[in-house]
Amino acid sequence: MKLRDMTELAVRNLREAIFRNSLTTLGVAVGVASLVAMLSLGVGLQQLASNRLTKSGLFDTVFVTPKLNLRGGGPPAAASQKPETRLLDEDARQEITKLPNVIEVFPQIRFPTEVRFDGKPFPTVVAGMPLSSKLSGAFDGMKGNFFSSETSDEAILQIEFAKELSTDTASLVGKTLAIRYAERQQLDDGTGGFSIVPKEKQLNIIGIVETEPASGFGGYGNGRLLIPIGVAQSLRAAQVNDLRDVVRGGPSKPTYASLTVRAKSTSNVDDIEAAVKKMGFGAFSLLDASKSLKIFFRVLDLLLGLFASLALAVATLGIVNTLVMAILERRREIGVLKALGAADSDVKSLFFVEAGVMGFVGGIAGVILGWLIGRALTLATNIYLKRQDLPGVEISSVPLWLVLFGIGFAVAVSLIAGLYPASRAAKLNPVEALRYE
Amino acid sequence: MYPLPLTQLSGSNVVLSERASNIHMTTTPGPTDPIALQLDHVSRHYTLGASAIRAVDDVSLTIRTGEFVALLGSSGSGKSTLLNLMAGLDRPTSGAIHADGKNLAALSSLELACYRRNTIGMVFQSFNLLPRMTLAENVELPLRLAEVDHAERDARVTEALQRVKLDKRSAHRPAELSGGEQQRTAIARALVNRPKILFADEPTGNLDSATGENIMNLLIEIKETLGMTIVMVTHERPLAEKFASRLAIMGDGKLLSDGATTGVKQ
Repeated sequence: MKLRDMTELAVRNLREAIFRNSLTTLGVAVGVASLVAMLSLGVGLQQLASNRLTKSGLFDTVFVTPKLNLRGGGPPAAASQKPETRLLDEDARQEITKLPNVIEVFPQIRFPTEVRFDGKPFPTVVAGMPLSSKLSGAFDGMKGNFFSSETSDEAILQIEFAKELSTDTASLVGKTLAIRYAERQQLDDGTGGFSIVPKEKQLNIIGIVETEPASGFGGYGNGRLLIPIGVAQSLRAAQVNDLRDVVRGGPSKPTYASLTVRAKSTSNVDDIEAAVKKMGFGAFSLLDASKSLKIFFRVLDLLLGLFASLALAVATLGIVNTLVMAILERRREIGVLKALGAADSDVKSLFFVEAGVMGFVGGIAGVILGWLIGRALTLATNIYLKRQDLPGVEISSVPLWLVLFGIGFAVAVSLIAGLYPASRAAKLNPVEALRYE
Repeated sequence: MYPLPLTQLSGSNVVLSERASNIHMTTTPGPTDPIALQLDHVSRHYTLGASAIRAVDDVSLTIRTGEFVALLGSSGSGKSTLLNLMAGLDRPTSGAIHADGKNLAALSSLELACYRRNTIGMVFQSFNLLPRMTLAENVELPLRLAEVDHAERDARVTEALQRVKLDKRSAHRPAELSGGEQQRTAIARALVNRPKILFADEPTGNLDSATGENIMNLLIEIKETLGMTIVMVTHERPLAEKFASRLAIMGDGKLLSDGATTGVKQ
């Protein structure tokens, strides 16, 4: 029999015992709903975590250092093969900028400073921030404004530092502070030496941020006073690598302690890292951490899926029960079908299709139900977060693959459940079946 | 055993049969006509507990194309079992059943299904129509199984229902019909795949005598129009004598006698 005719007959048969079949299908739907809801939570949490991390820029970033700076010489074997040592200077920065899929390269500039505000000194660390850091999400919800340009004399305070300056942090925006720092002034004697000169710079406070955008890598710890990267570079503040430049001797351009390279996407990070290493620099990224995170969420999804599958397993018993009952009720009909020329495979397929239809309908209903459960959980979570004065989040997500998986899994499980009844129906002796009253 | 006067026929014999209130002439086949069914020493034995039951015991029978054979016998004589064997619903314990150039005993389950689908039609005592389907859908069922195109199906269903004069009631369900109408629908269903042999298992068993006669007349008309072979199981001797061209009498699983009916029936 053709599949279209088979499906038509199967649907007709299912409609005959609509109440019982609806209950069975509802069982499948509940099983699929629990599976989809659990997995949508897993997927949603993974997306939430990875979106935050991706926005932070940590996973599409390669950190470049001079080869011998952080590696400490390495093991003997590595040392024997070490490439020519290169200086991480402006030439190197330009070269790295030209690598494929590189969006921008900026130096990590952090230096200790003393902030003068309201006539009092406050020691802290200044960090230069590129304009692109606005997109990282770290400045979302900040008070005031982000930097107007890379060269404007503006400062954004980290909230903890702002609290040191004033108990009324909001009142700081629009005020002016002064930073005192050590400026490196190159000597003209050709020795490569330089003088350290105390300098002062006036900056307008334009915003206060609650997160720590300058945390992580870079040597001096967290920057709590943030200034545009262009301004930070123009200050020529003395940094730790300046001492290395003096030791190296001879006239040369100033070098960078480290560079941050932003890739177009995380998929480009490996290639850029390899290219930078080939150029003779040290390079590392947090991509491995991202991979570990993915593995963690995969395992979480698996466990959630296994747990939820129990409900679906119970639902399959319902399908077996319904179809076995249907065989008993339709014994004579099976005999008639066989007498009219239905092959064993036709009868088997008919019951198979009935199981498949129940799985398909249950799968669709289950996906919708699972999505609704996910939405309800997101809604409840957001109500709770709002009460805690925290921004809302999407904790569940039902991507297309999950929809297809939910329906496909329901159909597959239903077909497996239909195996025994279908085979039993196919094996019915037509003569005995026709005698059945 | 039925004390019947049996007459051996040779060549093509003319038999008159009564159809409704009229007398009709039907042509019965002779030994030169092709063989529709041939049973060679067919047995069907069952085991019930410790005892063996010989439902059909060493039956040999040749049925020629166009014959109307009535299998007559009391309850438990083995006539229905023999019909099921000839219809490919059951397999013989021993012996061979040749139909349409094949030995049914040697066919696979799938080949037997093809035989039932394409070569034979079946009519049952209790009609066996599917109650949730309309008449048209019931008649269409064998066409679905034979994977006949949708476009052709409607025409063939209409043709079959017209033949049994139920085309006006094609949208009705079996429960809305009388017993006779249900049996006519079952006959239309059996005919729709244009079979060579029609097997009827007590087709009038659930009907009153007048309706039963109408059904028998319909079978005769179909046989004459379509040149079909009919094998009918019945325990009603007068009916068999009146309409069948040949009687095969069964008793205790054996074929007790086999021969043509007397020819003219009033």
